[in-house]
Amino acid sequence: MQSPLTAETKKISKLEQFSIWFNQEKILGPALVAPAVLILLLLIAYPFCVAIWLSMTDKIIARSDTGNFIWFANFTKLFKDSIFQRTTINTFNYALVSVFFKLVLGLLMALVLDEVKIFKNFFRGILLLPWIVPTSLSALGFLWMFDSQFSILNRFLLDWGLIQEKIIWLGTPATAMFSVQLVNIWRGIPFFGISLLAGLQSIPQELYEAADIDGASSWSKFWNVTFPLLMPVTAVVTLFSIVQTFADFQIVYVLTRGGPVNSTHLFATLTHQTAILAGRLGEGAAISLFMFPILVIAVILQLRYLQNQD
Amino acid sequence: MQSSLRIRKITKGIVVTFGLLFFIVILLFPFYWMFITSIKPDSELYDTAQPPMQLLKPTLEHYVYLFENTRFLLWLKNSALVATVSTAVSIVIGTLAAYSLARLRFRGSRTLGLTIFITYLVPTTLIFLPLAYVIRSLGLFDKQIALMITYPTFLIPFCTWLLMGYFKGIPRELEESAMVDGATRLQALRMIILPIMLPGIISAALFAFTLSWNEFVYALTLAQTEAIKTLPTGIVSQLVLADVYFWGSLMAAALLGSVPIAILYSFFLEYYVKGMTAGAVKG
Repeated sequence: MQSPLTAETKKISKLEQFSIWFNQEKILGPALVAPAVLILLLLIAYPFCVAIWLSMTDKIIARSDTGNFIWFANFTKLFKDSIFQRTTINTFNYALVSVFFKLVLGLLMALVLDEVKIFKNFFRGILLLPWIVPTSLSALGFLWMFDSQFSILNRFLLDWGLIQEKIIWLGTPATAMFSVQLVNIWRGIPFFGISLLAGLQSIPQELYEAADIDGASSWSKFWNVTFPLLMPVTAVVTLFSIVQTFADFQIVYVLTRGGPVNSTHLFATLTHQTAILAGRLGEGAAISLFMFPILVIAVILQLRYLQNQD
Repeated sequence: MQSSLRIRKITKGIVVTFGLLFFIVILLFPFYWMFITSIKPDSELYDTAQPPMQLLKPTLEHYVYLFENTRFLLWLKNSALVATVSTAVSIVIGTLAAYSLARLRFRGSRTLGLTIFITYLVPTTLIFLPLAYVIRSLGLFDKQIALMITYPTFLIPFCTWLLMGYFKGIPRELEESAMVDGATRLQALRMIILPIMLPGIISAALFAFTLSWNEFVYALTLAQTEAIKTLPTGIVSQLVLADVYFWGSLMAAALLGSVPIAILYSFFLEYYVKGMTAGAVKG
């Protein structure tokens, strides 16, 4: 028979043993990451596999069965589909043009903010607003500014004599694409501006002083000091922006819903329309997967960059 | 020589001032215009003869309409609830993961860290469709909890990545000396490391809150009943349909929906700068 006392000591020491075992790095480490990994497996990795499977079926929402497995029929259908072809061109146009102007104007904004010496944080704070407020809500502001009848932009342009008649911003294919790009650029400038500003300020001041002693002009200082040292930050920010812009949704959804005549549909909005609104899940999943290759390229470049840093 | 230097300085000042003005005008005009629209009576809003920048009789009628005739306040509550819960969940899970990945040596930790970073790059629009399918099969479709468990999918990678940077900035010796004094690792984490990490955790939390507040695609597909919508989807899908001439209230709603984020952000900016410059340990 054990006395109660020894039983208790035994119990405590078991708990302690567990504690010692659990506090080993090789046990504690995986245990602490486990919740994060589980959530990401269940709600990112698994859905991604579901998307691949769905894209090879003719599943529609209205029918409760799982649909038939049809191999790549959705993809071959898409390649021949004129709306999808149009969407592909739109997406590249939207992403490349927007990112280019975001980069150029963002760099300009960073260079300007770098020279601002008073109320620094105040200006940075207010200029970040387009980036931090809900995009869907600021897009509503633009919906009003692009209004066919009361567009304030038209009023300005007419009053300044820059145009002779109203621009129908969201009503014609060419102007609609221009308009959604404009909103995307507006929203993204601060992100580039503030990120590049951080990059600018991490450049050691001594390099500029050395260039000054050599009698370098501002222009040559920019090309020989600022530009090369800013390249890594610029590359990372641009890559991130390309992925995000390529997969953009809200601006087009709020402003045009992909119209007029599909001229502003992007992969994401066409996915939503095909799968959720029209109920063709399989085909929608196939469309969404076209956002994947650009992500893969970005990830490879990003990893290579991280490795170079180590 | 002296005077040419001065001229160059003055020119630079002028160029910088104009540049700053340029960015202020193009980046902030939309907000200004939304505000003016929200306090203009309909009679002036839709009068094309009146100069558009002119405002004769400011009114709060659009705001009153918003509160009395729409479900704005309900959506506001929904947004706050969803953003708070998903932020809290993500901060706890993200902090544990970040600590483990930044500090503890075990097999595969580097690969795991990189994988979590990669999921940070995955756009929500790539996943929303199959995610809706998975959520439906879990029986959570069109329930508020669907948003609370899916938002962490983009918040956790972000928080983990951000906090890993903070953890790496804290010297190992701090917790090691606590462990020499007999504390377990988790005790050392809770009592020594987390207090030092507070600025980092706060900025991660504020950022995560912003991301959930602004989220649109998941909310649009996973919460379709009007009563459980969040602010962005509620305003975009319910208010836009309502009336043709509704711009005053619509702009009021869009502005009010953005204000909480702007206020949070003004705090965040300070924490962000502090965290970057001061270094967490010096204090």
